[in-house]
Amino acid sequence: MEPFLVFPDPPPPLLVQTLDLAGYSWKAVANASIAAQLEPPDGWSGAVVSAEGDAEGAFVICRALRRRDVPVQPVLVLVAGNQLGDLELREDLFDDFCLTPFHPKELEARLRLLAWRAGRATGPEVVEYGDLVINLETYQAAVGGRPLDLTYMEHELLKFFATHPGKVFTRETLLSRVWGYEYYGGARTVDVHVRRLRAKLGDDHAGWIQTVRSVGYRFGQSRWGVGGVNRPEG
Amino acid sequence: MERQLEYVLRTVEERNVRFVRLWFTDVQGMLKSFAITPAELEDALDSGMEFDGSCIDGFSRIQESDMMARPDPGTFELVHVPGEEAPVARMFCDIYTPSGEPFDGDPRYVLKRTLEKARERGFTFYVSPEMEYFYFRSASEPIPLDQASYFDLTPSDEASELRKQTILALESMGIPVQYSHHEIAPSQQEIDLRYTDALTMADNVMAFRMVVKEVAQSRGVYATFMPKPVAGWNGSAMHTHLSLFEGDVNAFHDAGDEYGLSTVAKGFIAGLLHHAKEITAVTNQWVNSYKRLIPGFEAPVYICWARNNRSALVRVPIPRRGESGSRVEYRAPDPACNPYLAFSLMLAAGLRGIEKGYELPPEATNNIYEMTPEERMAEGIDSLPNSLSEALDAMEHSDLVAEVLGEHVFDYFLRNKRLEWADYKSYVTPFEVNRYLGTL
Repeated sequence: MEPFLVFPDPPPPLLVQTLDLAGYSWKAVANASIAAQLEPPDGWSGAVVSAEGDAEGAFVICRALRRRDVPVQPVLVLVAGNQLGDLELREDLFDDFCLTPFHPKELEARLRLLAWRAGRATGPEVVEYGDLVINLETYQAAVGGRPLDLTYMEHELLKFFATHPGKVFTRETLLSRVWGYEYYGGARTVDVHVRRLRAKLGDDHAGWIQTVRSVGYRFGQSRWGVGGVNRPEG
Repeated sequence: MERQLEYVLRTVEERNVRFVRLWFTDVQGMLKSFAITPAELEDALDSGMEFDGSCIDGFSRIQESDMMARPDPGTFELVHVPGEEAPVARMFCDIYTPSGEPFDGDPRYVLKRTLEKARERGFTFYVSPEMEYFYFRSASEPIPLDQASYFDLTPSDEASELRKQTILALESMGIPVQYSHHEIAPSQQEIDLRYTDALTMADNVMAFRMVVKEVAQSRGVYATFMPKPVAGWNGSAMHTHLSLFEGDVNAFHDAGDEYGLSTVAKGFIAGLLHHAKEITAVTNQWVNSYKRLIPGFEAPVYICWARNNRSALVRVPIPRRGESGSRVEYRAPDPACNPYLAFSLMLAAGLRGIEKGYELPPEATNNIYEMTPEERMAEGIDSLPNSLSEALDAMEHSDLVAEVLGEHVFDYFLRNKRLEWADYKSYVTPFEVNRYLGTL
């Protein structure tokens, strides 16, 4: 399981202790840009944001986590009793909250409930896009029920794309996020794998991976509906 | 790495794969294959599968005949066999000695070693070969399927249907095709593979030859990569487009240069030209290869470079799409070479040129082919070896080739090919019987 994002850095000691005892992995971040840098390849499992010290900073980060193509879920906010008013009109920024000082068992129970609701705690993890289904547990992918014969890197690339639809990635980002540091072929490797993935997806679905000229690649339609301009290469 | 192993094992289980084919290549470039069951796979990935190396050409040394073939999980592909529901898995292997050292006689290791040298200098080596071959009615006689020619499209083109099936099979195996068409000679085909890093491409060339032959066989036709199957027709080449990248930047490109070529590119080309004679025994490794390298059939003969002359040994194509297209095309190799060794030597020759700062000779002009031998000599234009024997002589004296291939492969190759030449030399050809029997 990917780690939880925790704010602020360093987090309150009781929070650290609770997460560690409950067996959650986590990474502390001081602001949204550090959160983006530290984000694991498969995305954050969720976030626990403490508004006790720096309330403004806390809601800035919540907003950043929610304003993405694939919002981070679940987000739990820790607030003091006199901060409850701050939650008003910010209901879109979090999934649940916990009053401080919190009881460790209560926080644990809330996180478990949130995870259950988000579907992460049950059954095999599945990513879907259109009629594409990727089972993260068995590593198998299928389009319209037809299993795809993928190499490991093709599978990883497709999984990354499908979990971040609509977002444009540069080749460098894809290399560092999908390949990590031990790649052999240099940045052109991405182009080569994209071609292979398109070939294996078949003519009807090859267009899912769009080439964004002089930037990189995008999987699926842009959120802003820019159609027709960025055609896939032949 | 661990996840990659898990991916392979899990996929084999989930997809009901019953056989895993392990592929490797001998020194002559012949594909070797053996099958294991999924139950053996974990062990194979971990420590390798033992086999008797003395049965493989170029591997044998009696005292060390046990070898281990360890599959490279990055090359894991599922292949569909017609009529079989469950796919078959396939992986390329690296060969190890029983003590766990990479085996010097493994061509894949030769290439990996050479690529590592390029990487130490910050270069990634990309390769894109144009694969030519013939379809014939059988393996015993070169009877063509058609009398068509370059770019011809005939309504009942049996060969174009075969080519289409081949391309579909290649694409489903993750080998993207750039371009394909009917070649100049009757029944001759060309399929160009999209560039990729050289190690993957060498694997792809091995898979390519297999797929072309299998698809042909399934339709009762024979496909051959023999360099010159019919005298008087064009032979089959493997023109190879080469480029070096430094990260995302094409190291061959210089917008400010008259030819668009960087110092790196010029050194690389000069290296290819300088060492061309020495590496020809490997890029053109059969007696028959030298029947292709003659004037009049668009095959290279003279050691020179040019931008638009398709008979030059090194051609610098005009880039199609911005700077990432800058590349050089080495036109000597034929499709019956060992791609691991051929790519290794082309790269090493080019790198040597960069490293030693060889000077690029002037571009060849069209009239080079109309010059007399004396005029060419005066211009300092040399020729490729005339025969396998001449090529072996040049190779034998090459420090570069000895260093790149390593002692084991270098010695075996020379010994093996000298034998081939001796067999050929002792054979009385139909040419001689037809020409001499009645008159002498």
